[in-house]
Amino acid sequence: MTTLTKQPGPGLSASSGPRKSRKRGKPSAGFRGIGDLKIALLFIAPAMLGFLLFYLVPTVRGIYLSFTEYSILGDPEWIGTRNYERIAKDPLFWNALGVTSEYVVINIVLQTALALGLAILMHRVAKSTLIRGALLLPYLMANVIAALLWFWMLDYQIGIINQLIEWTGLPRVAFFGSEQWAIPTQALINTWRHMGYTALLIFAGLQAIPNSVYEAASIDGSKAVSTFWRITLPLLRPVLVLVLVVTVIGSFQVFDTVAVTTAGGPVNATRVLQYYIYQRAFNEQDFGYGSALAVILFLILALVAFIQMKFLRGNQSDLD
Amino acid sequence: MKKKALGAVALAAAATLALSACSGGSSGGGGGDAAKGEISYWLWDANQLPAYKQCAEDFQKANPDITVKITQTGWDDYWSKITTGMASGTAPDVFTDHLAKYPDFLKTKQLVALDDAISKDKVDLSQYNEGLADLWVGQDGKRYGLPKDWDTVALFYNKKMATDAGLSPEQMGSLSWNPQDGGSYEKAIARLTVDKNGKRGDEPGFDKANVAVYGLGLPNSDAGGGQTQWSYLSATTGWTHTDKNPWGTHYNYDDKKFQDTIAWWASLVEKGYMPKLETTVGANMADNFAAGKSAINSNGSWMIGQYTGYKGIELGIAPTPTGVNGKRASMFNGLADSIWAGTKKKDAAIKWVEYLGSTACQDVVASKAVVFPAVKTSSDKAAEAFKAKNVDVTAFTQHVKDKSTFLFPITDNAAKIEGVMKPAMDAVIAGKSPAGSLTAANEQINAIFTK
Repeated sequence: MTTLTKQPGPGLSASSGPRKSRKRGKPSAGFRGIGDLKIALLFIAPAMLGFLLFYLVPTVRGIYLSFTEYSILGDPEWIGTRNYERIAKDPLFWNALGVTSEYVVINIVLQTALALGLAILMHRVAKSTLIRGALLLPYLMANVIAALLWFWMLDYQIGIINQLIEWTGLPRVAFFGSEQWAIPTQALINTWRHMGYTALLIFAGLQAIPNSVYEAASIDGSKAVSTFWRITLPLLRPVLVLVLVVTVIGSFQVFDTVAVTTAGGPVNATRVLQYYIYQRAFNEQDFGYGSALAVILFLILALVAFIQMKFLRGNQSDLD
Repeated sequence: MKKKALGAVALAAAATLALSACSGGSSGGGGGDAAKGEISYWLWDANQLPAYKQCAEDFQKANPDITVKITQTGWDDYWSKITTGMASGTAPDVFTDHLAKYPDFLKTKQLVALDDAISKDKVDLSQYNEGLADLWVGQDGKRYGLPKDWDTVALFYNKKMATDAGLSPEQMGSLSWNPQDGGSYEKAIARLTVDKNGKRGDEPGFDKANVAVYGLGLPNSDAGGGQTQWSYLSATTGWTHTDKNPWGTHYNYDDKKFQDTIAWWASLVEKGYMPKLETTVGANMADNFAAGKSAINSNGSWMIGQYTGYKGIELGIAPTPTGVNGKRASMFNGLADSIWAGTKKKDAAIKWVEYLGSTACQDVVASKAVVFPAVKTSSDKAAEAFKAKNVDVTAFTQHVKDKSTFLFPITDNAAKIEGVMKPAMDAVIAGKSPAGSLTAANEQINAIFTK
């Protein structure tokens, strides 16, 4: 729009389209390019400012702090790579890595499989907006509320689910209290919360697959199952990769569910990486060590995302 | 997504970090020290809020130039709010302080020493119960808090269950304990345990896998303090948490006397007399007691209000059992009010702290019968107020009269110690590791001090 005002010959209407595009190749294009850049920067500025202020600065400061000993009160003291050396020998870090991985595997495998199923049902069967909307309900609930709700429902003594289990004659299950169950329980809760949203993303991807492909398949006599494996899934790949990258990153950062329920226990069964970072930094006032852990988590996530993008070819589509 | 909530945490952290950069030298104190204006006061116990609101009103009447703004924040958030407030320059002028926390504040010079004001205003430190004032003197010999209350430990028990088990209040009040066979304390606990078929814990055929009522309640494994869980037992063996108290620099969790105590305590789970650790996650021991799921709860005097408040439970309060040395023991913990070094209204804050530590305010607190105030005469008034509510608190006050208390262990690095001891104690109480495994935890803890 604004470029129009810079056009020579004012009063040109929209019908002068061809002429405009011809002009773009002329010397004046450089001048106009800079004008575009200015405007683009203006629009980018708010987001950029937020990114710089709330992401980049804290990240750089966090990286700096990871090489210091810092208790939040007082000044950071430079100690080189000592935090990283201590982490390498810290059994709780390695435990946290294991626990977090267990959580991510259970959470992502189940969540993606269920979401894919739900998306296909939404695509084929449940056309009602009400039902599609209802799937999103768990996601609209605040994470802490969802966690506490399940915490009570699954409580060993007073939880309704353990009441039901007892009625069927089975022994009660310490969902949050036992070391074997604590992580799967929390992974399942977050699967429940996020699968609707994930399904929605996949559903959008399904809608992008042109109907003609399915028609061609059915003319060639393809059955529903083989259509799914040979057509739907391959064409859905870019969307699935995006969903996987985003959910895996989110899953690695599990924190609030743990923080409001088991707080790392019993023993170290739910001391996931993010919780361990919080514990070291905010509880034990060791912000240097916490920052070093956070940097390591950042590197792990970058690596995981890179591998996923690289090997699942997330930036290429098999359509057209 | 989780990212969002985390984003909020990161944001808060980032804000804290950014702000902390601006307020680095806030510990200097000073500034306009006029004894007027609004001062902020924080506490965590909602039960005590009405009493302190009353104190603030009375104080404001006497000091019209000063207003006190009271904020109550639950224990779980209280300390992180204070710490981040100190870093960002928004901490309260005056706050209720805890013995486990104030050493870390001293290290970073966040508290105002009260000595000059106390000598100038002639505050009588001998008016407090013995030992309480000493707890708040730092390693530099200066005072950083004025005592406000104290607590000890006793056994809350279900009177009807005890009567059914054939245990009289006299018997409950004269239990004895040793780490080998648990003495008459363990016998009572076993007798009070009942399985789903109605068989008692000390009867043949007792089914420990299906227990209806546990003899002793379990709140959690606790970390290294054991204030209400086991320290009333371990102290009778002659064991102490640290080499000296206050300001010890070496912990004794490798001591056999301590490990034997813990081994006995953990064995109650194995015997079916105490709930499994896994069942306590998310559960509240006192509420389970109210629901009739346990017969005895060892707990602190600050819980009197809650235990007496349960309807339909006939409550008994017995003193802790006599132990190996033939005496009773209870940890003696005391809170105090401290002033933040970053306050802009130091004189007003001092006035308020001195008022909080005075007989006038502590008598008000006493009249509400929620806690025992630090001032001796106010303590007695609190005991009378409890009596007026038909609650016999002798089991708690007796410890102070008989001098069978020992002080809360005060050392640096409390949070780090908890970080090590919590999982270690979890493992022992869950029956996953023997009590001897605490030796390794002890080495880790002592390494923190030698670093």
